[in-house]
Amino acid sequence: MLCDVCGKNPATVHLTEIIDEKMNELHLCEECARSKSAAMEQQFGLSDLLAGMADFEKSANSKEEEVSAKCPSCGLTYADFKKIGRLGCGECYNAFRKYLAPLLKRIHGSNQHIGKNPGKVKAPAAAAVKPARKKAGSAGLTELKNQLQKAIQQEAFEEAARLRDQIKELEKKEKE
Amino acid sequence: MQINDLINHTSEWLKGTGPHSDIVISSRIRLARNLSKYPFPHWATKPQLNAVMQKCSQAMEKVEELKGAALFILANLDSIDKQFLVERHLMSIEHTQKTEQKAVLVNSEETIAVMINEEDHLRIQLMQSGFNLFEAWEIINGIDDALAKLLDYAYFEDFGYLTACPTNTGTGMRGSVMLHLPALVMSRQIDRVLAAISKLSFTTRGLYGEGTQASGNFFQISNQVSLGHSENEIIENINGLIRQIIEQETQAREIMLAKSKEVLEDRISRSVGILKNARIITSQETIELLSMVRLGSDLGMVKDIDRRTINELFIITQPAHLQKLENVKLSSDQRDLKRAELIRKKLNLMTA
Repeated sequence: MLCDVCGKNPATVHLTEIIDEKMNELHLCEECARSKSAAMEQQFGLSDLLAGMADFEKSANSKEEEVSAKCPSCGLTYADFKKIGRLGCGECYNAFRKYLAPLLKRIHGSNQHIGKNPGKVKAPAAAAVKPARKKAGSAGLTELKNQLQKAIQQEAFEEAARLRDQIKELEKKEKE
Repeated sequence: MQINDLINHTSEWLKGTGPHSDIVISSRIRLARNLSKYPFPHWATKPQLNAVMQKCSQAMEKVEELKGAALFILANLDSIDKQFLVERHLMSIEHTQKTEQKAVLVNSEETIAVMINEEDHLRIQLMQSGFNLFEAWEIINGIDDALAKLLDYAYFEDFGYLTACPTNTGTGMRGSVMLHLPALVMSRQIDRVLAAISKLSFTTRGLYGEGTQASGNFFQISNQVSLGHSENEIIENINGLIRQIIEQETQAREIMLAKSKEVLEDRISRSVGILKNARIITSQETIELLSMVRLGSDLGMVKDIDRRTINELFIITQPAHLQKLENVKLSSDQRDLKRAELIRKKLNLMTA
């Protein structure tokens, strides 16, 4: 069977689509299937999540240094990590920071945490409250800015305007 | 609470209620947490693992939400008990291996389960019935806050919560939703949906989590990215995706009802017939037939079997559950007989 789209290559991918209640069978070659699935993704509307996965380059130097690096706290080497895929302890993240930061970026599209924190100083004395509060504020700001970026990408302009005002207000408060 | 107390009791998350419970079975959030002064479980010595176990179990005793929860030490359980906990989704298959210094804490509703010394020191899990990730997050967030006051978590300002595997670093959070998508499978659209999901950095797994095959039209979908997004953003992203899948499944169901109602009715009625009359049945066939009955119940074609009973049957017909119910070790052939008997009893009781 030949591909329904190009009519040249043999069809290896078989799709069933339902559009407006009409069932449609498609037989595609690999190449046409790939461009078809790209179109579907857009239809699915979440392609912005893919954005971060592009960052794939890696510096070829310092390979030897990388392999022999060792965590002073638990003794795990970077070579161990590469073999078993698990780090040895929390301190490993410090010891291998240079290599882990780009790796985390490749996995997650980011290496900067913006979620919750363990918030050790929950009910501190009055003097300690101020800096803690300020930190919480600035974390909120990063998150808001991220949300704004996303809203713009998704062309959700009402949401974007609301976020922009919120950011302005927060920034004003921080300056005070 | 003993392990045998769980058997005659239906987990809260199986009750078949909550938003979109026709398509969404359950919503689950898990957080990975580690103590800062100890190596991660795979790299720790026995005394270190013991210390982690002690510190964690003592801390959990002080948390309001975990009061009255039972701590099961895995080294004290036989293989059927361990399998039983996996079948109830209270722990991972991985946690049944090399069980020294491992434990799992379970509350009486079975909505909360905390694994100690799995891949990370703590894996806190919260399960809800239906499409309900935000509620699950609110509860688990409270538990995590309480534990953070008692334990010294491994956390860096830039990388967030530090985990054994860098794929969990950051929020340490995985949100998963268990979906029942029979119409997308039957109309052969599911491969397209699953392909789109994997390209959007979400993963699809089977009924029992990592490494298990999707069966009986059940799919568990979860986020892959845990760093660089806040917990709320991650949940919103999953919710956005799930809403679209729900919509597609609903549409596919409507089209099937409009175009081939008799065929569908026939398949569903035959499934009920087999389940009510079979004398020998495998767990795979059971899952497939129950999936059809559940669809029939969602579409109003099956009126005398409620969703909760169907959900419950999915769990209690699993191998370890059958053996716990019968209180003997059963071979695979014996299980197929007992399974058929149990299903007949349950269904004929309902429809009598």
